[in-house]
Amino acid sequence: MKLESKVPSGPLAEKWDKHRFEMKLVNPANKRKYTVIVVGTGLAGASAAATMAELGYNVKNFCFQDSPRRAHSIGAQGGINAAKNYQNDGDSIWRLFFDTIKGGDFRSREANTYRLAQVSNNIIDQCAAQGVPFAREYGGLLANRSFGGAQVSRTFYARGQTGQQLLLGAYSALQRQIGLGKVQMFPRTEMLDLVLVDGHAKGIIIRDLVTGEISSHAADAVVLGTGGYGRVYNLSTMGLGCNVTAAYRAYKRGALFANPCYHQIHPTCIPHTGEYQSKLTLMSESLRNDGRIWVPKNKGDKRPPGEIPEEERDYYLERKYPSFGNLAPRDISSRSAKEVCDEGRGVGPTGYGVYLDFSEAIGRLGKKVISEKYGNLFDMYELINDEDPYQVPMRIYPASHYSMGGLWVDYNLMSNIPGLHVIGEANFSDHGANRLGASALMQGLADGYFVLPYTIGDYFARVGAQNITTDRPEFREAEEAVSAKIKKLMSIKGERTADSFHKALGEIMWEKAGLARNESGLKKALEEIATLKEEFWQNVKVLGSNESLNQTLEKAGRVADFLEFAEIFCYDALNREESCGAHFREEYQTKEGEALRNDKKFAYVSAWEYKGDGVKPELHKEELEFENVELATRSYK
Amino acid sequence: MNLTLRVWRQKNSQDKGHLEIYQANDINEDMSFLEMLDVVNEDLIKKDIEPIHFDHDCREGICGACSLVINGIPHGGKKGCTTCELRMRNFKDGDTITIEPFRAKAFPVIRDLMVDRSSLDRVMQAGGFVSVNTGGVPDANAIPIHKEISDKAMDAAACIGCGACVAACPNASAMLFVSAKVSHLATLPQGKVEREQRVRKMVAQMDIEGFGNCTNYYECEAVCPKEISVKSIAMMNREYMRALVK
Ligand SMILES: Cc1cc2nc3c(=O)[nH]c(=O)nc-3n(C[C@H](O)[C@H](O)[C@H](O)COP(=O)(O)OP(=O)(O)OC[C@H]3O[C@@H](n4cnc5c(N)ncnc54)[C@H](O)[C@@H]3O)c2cc1C
Ligand code: FES
Repeated sequence: MKLESKVPSGPLAEKWDKHRFEMKLVNPANKRKYTVIVVGTGLAGASAAATMAELGYNVKNFCFQDSPRRAHSIGAQGGINAAKNYQNDGDSIWRLFFDTIKGGDFRSREANTYRLAQVSNNIIDQCAAQGVPFAREYGGLLANRSFGGAQVSRTFYARGQTGQQLLLGAYSALQRQIGLGKVQMFPRTEMLDLVLVDGHAKGIIIRDLVTGEISSHAADAVVLGTGGYGRVYNLSTMGLGCNVTAAYRAYKRGALFANPCYHQIHPTCIPHTGEYQSKLTLMSESLRNDGRIWVPKNKGDKRPPGEIPEEERDYYLERKYPSFGNLAPRDISSRSAKEVCDEGRGVGPTGYGVYLDFSEAIGRLGKKVISEKYGNLFDMYELINDEDPYQVPMRIYPASHYSMGGLWVDYNLMSNIPGLHVIGEANFSDHGANRLGASALMQGLADGYFVLPYTIGDYFARVGAQNITTDRPEFREAEEAVSAKIKKLMSIKGERTADSFHKALGEIMWEKAGLARNESGLKKALEEIATLKEEFWQNVKVLGSNESLNQTLEKAGRVADFLEFAEIFCYDALNREESCGAHFREEYQTKEGEALRNDKKFAYVSAWEYKGDGVKPELHKEELEFENVELATRSYK
Repeated sequence: MNLTLRVWRQKNSQDKGHLEIYQANDINEDMSFLEMLDVVNEDLIKKDIEPIHFDHDCREGICGACSLVINGIPHGGKKGCTTCELRMRNFKDGDTITIEPFRAKAFPVIRDLMVDRSSLDRVMQAGGFVSVNTGGVPDANAIPIHKEISDKAMDAAACIGCGACVAACPNASAMLFVSAKVSHLATLPQGKVEREQRVRKMVAQMDIEGFGNCTNYYECEAVCPKEISVKSIAMMNREYMRALVK
């Protein structure tokens, strides 16, 4: 299979304009002849659904939550990047592009990343026009903060609830279109299969989560904005419903899964405390603007933080990366935290924690300023830990957070299956091997507001409206397959809950395919996953009926897909014999313990093709071509 | 600690529903309330009893999915705290805890502790937006907004749409929810353009959905996990009067 990125020719800065001119258009009066299915109501899905409806397409929008407003994007805290250069600190589209490519350790497509930087400014304008209450300066203009991996201040925010406010903006645009009858909304539904007609994606199979009914929906194109797969680790910063099911089932229908092993472990989360734990709460990266990260210099120093004198503290990020300090990129910060804890210098009851200390900033700026900037995060920390972070430093530790990998898409955000488009965290396209902070919100909204609504028109104009209906055999076959799978899950009647399998999978992944990986660990992980998967299909216990609301059944279906998906993740990590961004292979590091890339052999996108259950997927490669940036060793020193 | 739970069980919207008693043993005080229910559920499944169904997703107080009336109070009564953020250290060994769904005419129970809150979405569809399409908008800094104004808008915009205000209100009124959106948008220049239409349409839809009237009990403000102030209700009333005379 040849992967065609469809990146337009010509100078980088002109590609998108040129492409927009060259793409075919659908005449405004004809747009209503096309129906598009959008799965997902996060930033990507909601913005795409609303924008396409505004253009005149008929949109059917699906989400598993009870309301589109509850998509996982709602939880994003810190901010959204844009190259506005409002601070006059030397920012530009080129700099945002370069920071993003470098942050991704030179493993993303230049043209996509550049386009992302280009449309970033439109996003801020759009959101402001919707009434998103961004933080402002006393003069009435928008405020910015800094995020990791950048030396300019380009992050826009709404207190510690940026994702919420941006999503509510997109949600309000979506609600408006629902009210106007241009979007039909299907909350509490789960997509369980993709339907192909003559090789094109023309529909989906869903389960109504309230009645259990399985039904088919047909359209002229399908868009997945179904988010990331971070819960393959079980514990993560993500919402508990986040899953890989939609993307995985599309993969089983032939869509390629790209770079699954690129998964970000976020450095600043509340540490793990016990068996019962269901999620790891993020403490936004924005805190690293003012918080200083440290551990005791001496192993096993159990004194309370206030009793450890300055000279016995190791501000390890400031020491190792003087120019970026506490704002070193996430992959580097996470790995450094693991290193100091592995050395026995970690803090807190488990020894797997480091301090994030605000005392210096509170001294310098006053408690009021700090509370204005981060109040809700401090409150959340106190609710969870019963410790006042204004008084004692926070304790944090890395946790699974963001999927850079995802379904493979071309420059038009279309997968290798014609008609299947993938947007937001669910695709692989813009962040390479590591995503910089405040760039996911930017990408989700770029895809949904400003890229997909154009590129999908090109697809429609090429294939024409086909009025596909659900009485075709392809839909019946897919419905039957979905029902059979559900029946099988219900019939096992084993001894072990889906949750318990999920926890076991999470442990394997965290230990062997987490912050650091190596060949023998990954091979072992593959064996263990296979055994766990086998046990799952013999021993999972699902109670109740499939014809009603049944959360254990939902959970079991998702865990089943995670178990299979984990294997492609490990195959990918095994194949990539280099360290880049979030993918750290212990065998490939410099003397100082920094990631060692191998551009000669691995400057490509790995795209995996499904070859059958339990069979190793086939690897396809999209070579990455760098015409505008020089492949350099990343340095944040 | 060991606890006794009295939990509302209801098979579906047609079922009458009843309270069941379960034991929650060896509960750790650092657990969240929902993690405590997870532990109880694992135990129930082992005993072949279907687990207690409840809505949840983010588990950090922002998505608005979690609900639950805990000992008579939506979200359990800790100030500024959702059920998912509530920790078990707020209870003590031997406590009996009653757990029921949010109750309101406009929130039918669909199973156990899960209710249908789509009425809130429909109120938003009636007018909870600024009518701008994607593209063709002015530069974000073209309209300066006084920091205090934008902070005030943000205070109202912080609503997570959980519906606790409705569940707490003796009249099952959605005034706090609706007024939060009306205030957020009417405070900002971008939202002022459509302020009359917006408030009229949202209030009309609120009535259609069967939410009750506000008679100033202010129970809503007390339980709101985002501490949205009832001042927004006063603002909405002013907006509404203004729209009527226009
Ligand atoms: C705690 C936290 C904080 C973050 N903070 C920031 C930040 O400050 N800045 C930043 O840039 N990024 C941040 N991120 C990352 C960012 O929030 C996400 O990457 C982004 O919001 C993903 O948006 P999305 O639209 O792609 O997917 P999501 O928001 O995850 O939405 C997925 C949608 O798909 C639906 N769905 C999924 N599967 C199915 C299915 N099978 N059937 C039907 N529907 C389905 C869901 O219902 C949902 O509507 C943060 C992430 C976390 C976890
Ligand atoms: S689960 Fe999201 S607010 Fe409680």
